[in-house]
Amino acid sequence: MTQKGNRGSVSPDEKSGDENGIFEIDNVIIRFAGDSGDGIQITGAIFSHDSAVVGHDISTLPDFPAEIRAPAGTLAGVSSFQLNFSSYDVHTPGDRPDVLVALNPAALKVHLKDLKHSGTLILNHDAFDATGLKKAGYELDPRNDGSLTGYQVYDFPITNLTVAAVESSWLSKKQAELSKNMFTLGIISWLYDRSLDALVERIEQLFSKKKPELAEANKLALQAGFNFADTVEVFTGRYRVSKADLPPGDYKRITGNEATALGFLAASELSGRDLFYASYPITPASDILHELSKLRHFGVRTFQAEDEIAAMGMALGAAWGGALGLTGTSGPGVALKSEFIGLAVMTELPVVIASIQRGGPSTGLPTKTEQADLLQAMFGRNGECPVPIVAPSTPGECFEMAIEAFRIAIKYMTPVFFLSDGYLANGSEPWRIPDQDELPDYEHNVCSVPEDYAPYQRDAETLARRWVVPGMPGLEHRIGGLEKEDVTGNVSYDSENHERMVGIRQAKVAGIAKDIPDLVVHGPQKGDLLVLGWGSTRGACRHAIENAQAKGYSVAGAQLRYLNPFPKNLGQVLSNFKYVLVPELNLGQLRLLLRAEYLVDIIGLNKVQGQPLLTSEVEEKIYQILDQNYPRAAQA
Amino acid sequence: MSVKAESVNTSKSKASSSYTKKDFTSDQNIRWCPGCGDYSILAQMQRVMPEICEEMDIPKENIVFVSGIGCSSRFPYYMNNYGFHTIHGRAPTIATGLRVSRPDLQVWIVTGDGDGLSIGGNHLMHCLRRNIDVKILLFNNRIYGLTKGQYSPTSEMGKKTKSSPFGTIEKPINPLSIAIASKASFIARAVDTDATNLRDILLKTARHRGSAFVEILQNCNVFNDKAFSSFTDKTVKEDRLIYLKDKEPITFGKNQEKALAMVTGESGLKEVGIVNTNEADVADILVHDESSPGTALAFLLAQLDEAEYPVPLGVFRNISKPLYGELLDEQITEVTNQKGKGEFFEHLRSGDIWTV
Ligand code: SF4
Repeated sequence: MTQKGNRGSVSPDEKSGDENGIFEIDNVIIRFAGDSGDGIQITGAIFSHDSAVVGHDISTLPDFPAEIRAPAGTLAGVSSFQLNFSSYDVHTPGDRPDVLVALNPAALKVHLKDLKHSGTLILNHDAFDATGLKKAGYELDPRNDGSLTGYQVYDFPITNLTVAAVESSWLSKKQAELSKNMFTLGIISWLYDRSLDALVERIEQLFSKKKPELAEANKLALQAGFNFADTVEVFTGRYRVSKADLPPGDYKRITGNEATALGFLAASELSGRDLFYASYPITPASDILHELSKLRHFGVRTFQAEDEIAAMGMALGAAWGGALGLTGTSGPGVALKSEFIGLAVMTELPVVIASIQRGGPSTGLPTKTEQADLLQAMFGRNGECPVPIVAPSTPGECFEMAIEAFRIAIKYMTPVFFLSDGYLANGSEPWRIPDQDELPDYEHNVCSVPEDYAPYQRDAETLARRWVVPGMPGLEHRIGGLEKEDVTGNVSYDSENHERMVGIRQAKVAGIAKDIPDLVVHGPQKGDLLVLGWGSTRGACRHAIENAQAKGYSVAGAQLRYLNPFPKNLGQVLSNFKYVLVPELNLGQLRLLLRAEYLVDIIGLNKVQGQPLLTSEVEEKIYQILDQNYPRAAQA
Repeated sequence: MSVKAESVNTSKSKASSSYTKKDFTSDQNIRWCPGCGDYSILAQMQRVMPEICEEMDIPKENIVFVSGIGCSSRFPYYMNNYGFHTIHGRAPTIATGLRVSRPDLQVWIVTGDGDGLSIGGNHLMHCLRRNIDVKILLFNNRIYGLTKGQYSPTSEMGKKTKSSPFGTIEKPINPLSIAIASKASFIARAVDTDATNLRDILLKTARHRGSAFVEILQNCNVFNDKAFSSFTDKTVKEDRLIYLKDKEPITFGKNQEKALAMVTGESGLKEVGIVNTNEADVADILVHDESSPGTALAFLLAQLDEAEYPVPLGVFRNISKPLYGELLDEQITEVTNQKGKGEFFEHLRSGDIWTV
């Protein structure tokens, strides 16, 4: 693909555009920011949806405080939503916004540093009073002290204009003020040449039933914002982003957690078994519980357990009974479930643990993203206790990998980790709805039971034992957490048997490598540098690689979706490159595993700020390695 | 849910009326200490099972035993049914997941005072509160046996054990009170060696629909021998045990000459007292009522201090309440009736779709 410029900023230096004063550009990154009570998330979601519907590729990044209601107007209470919409395939929500909407001084203070040079800044004049500035910790008004030099600043009395616009709706002034996010959205819609029809429809869908007066006020505010931008003539031009060139098909906007829930439902469809989801509320996994709870008419049984441990036990109990046992949580919950995961390994029952990672350790940063629970999934149990791990790398891919998680669990009779993160969970993208024939076949672990049935007899190829469930006559047997005798499954304290069983369990998981796709390398198959990512770093890596390739660097990229076992060609792939860079949102967990497994000296790019990786950060590292002939100790 | 068992030889299934004790005896060597009370509980369970299967018309492959960790939790290995020896304290969670997704199964949980009331207290409470259709047998021996003799949450205060050489300094918990506070729909107490009554309670437990909780006083002859002998010994039991009978006055003694009654205490408030049936006003004598919707009587009986009062055995509470699993299945039916049976590929296409 060709190098594209981000020219979304409204610059007075631009030429005059087409006959209507509209400029064609490739993509725009907008960040809406304000107090968490300002409706920032809903504004972002509505505009994202509209962007997808008009045919752009999009990528979004919601960011909100962990506190449900942090004090209004303070830095702690700032909520933001970033949207990248584009005429080409976008991989990330973008590093730095072209446009920043700051509805109060605190939002400006938190986000100004990210705004692109000469970017557009839309401020709510009414919020910049003495109290607002003080709460944000500004001693001087940033609008007058030179802080905003170099930006295109539009300082509109958004609150007052909104109140005036919705006067006819009979709302109180306080309620009327709540529509200022829609007024702002009106301005943005004008600026990017959007028709308001779809937005109005969306507002009606969202508010009409529950709060018709609010729907009315929001529509009035939206229209007023649009008209305001149209008449004040302060903007020098409008911008149009053309449609993206996406593969044909039917699309919908989907978040990672929604796709995850759908993928697990698909697993139930493909396996012909009912889905049983037990979970304890935890950020950022709760949305999976909410989604699946709606699906009673699919026979989905959801269970809000008394704690994390119970949720794991219930999922395992359901799996023992022949259902698709599933639990979802985040790192702190995985810590509590680990004893039960060990029991699932010992009893060789198929159960899936969806772990949606967040910042740790301990309670950490519940609403922020991180990838620091890979080693927890890999090793966080007592004993030699191997568990396969799959990891989606885009919101849409959560669907595919959820299906994979259960395919592996059932076929190999093992617990499986589905390792997502907060960024994937809440981020969204346009998702092409797959057809029936695009979904994989599940090979059923059908119980053709021989005369000499024993609970720990194994399939010669997969090493899986049979999924014989209570209710099958003549096959009554007992399982449990004590070491099993090979084949019979009887309790055994025999030392040689123990070593044999540890080996079998390990070999069973390792053997899955034969049954998963090879790692696909994008770009040159041999060369100077491979950027190897996993999980949600995909967008930043991809984008950075494309930029570097455009500059003539020999860089290839690959994203690992199977973390245990690794794809069987991984060792070969690593040896095809002079350098391997592994960017990840932790201190180097995948790097540690790869070094241990392949004895390759991997270079890390590590970030633990609770924020996603930026394209520029990966790009910089690529140039650092390739321009300076990065020292590589173990280079043979 | 439907079980995929196409190629299973169903001729192996026996008629539920033709079982004998042997059908419930597994081939495993029993590992309990000789003389342990667990043996007699196991024997009664194996003896009563044919009766349960016949009466309830349930094949033995549909009966499941789930346990946690502890001496008592070895129980499933010795029953020739499906069994799951899980992890410490967590049996109710496995049982819940299983029972809720498999309404065709009869699920028993075997736990102990450490397993059920210490490490697993939380799950026990929630399982009972939800009225999951499982039958919980808590073998209370007031000691940790498997780990060789530490005090348990039901050990009496001051008890000297390996982990409390100077005596415990904590008050014990009363298992039945926990079950009552959680509003379990069936609550009973039995003694390991009292075969007839134990069998009777097990049968009633099997019949009950909903969470059933049975405390079985079980003697650990190695680490806490004679823990209950002050009221279960042959020589004293007539005066020290009450066999509760539904809708009958609560009496005891060789000739049922003693009774529990509400008497006026020193403070002027009514309290439970022991009266002579011949002398007392009949109206004051407590009459047992298992199916009372309230829990006051059950709680009063559970709370009797065994040092001063006789110990009640039998069914404390037996009421009918909606089952969690049934309510869930009803929701499934209701929502399916409203929305139609979910069609996956239609569902994928719900929401706002656009075509590229
Ligand atoms: S330690 Fe006590 S409870 Fe355990 S088996 Fe021996 S006698 Fe029974």
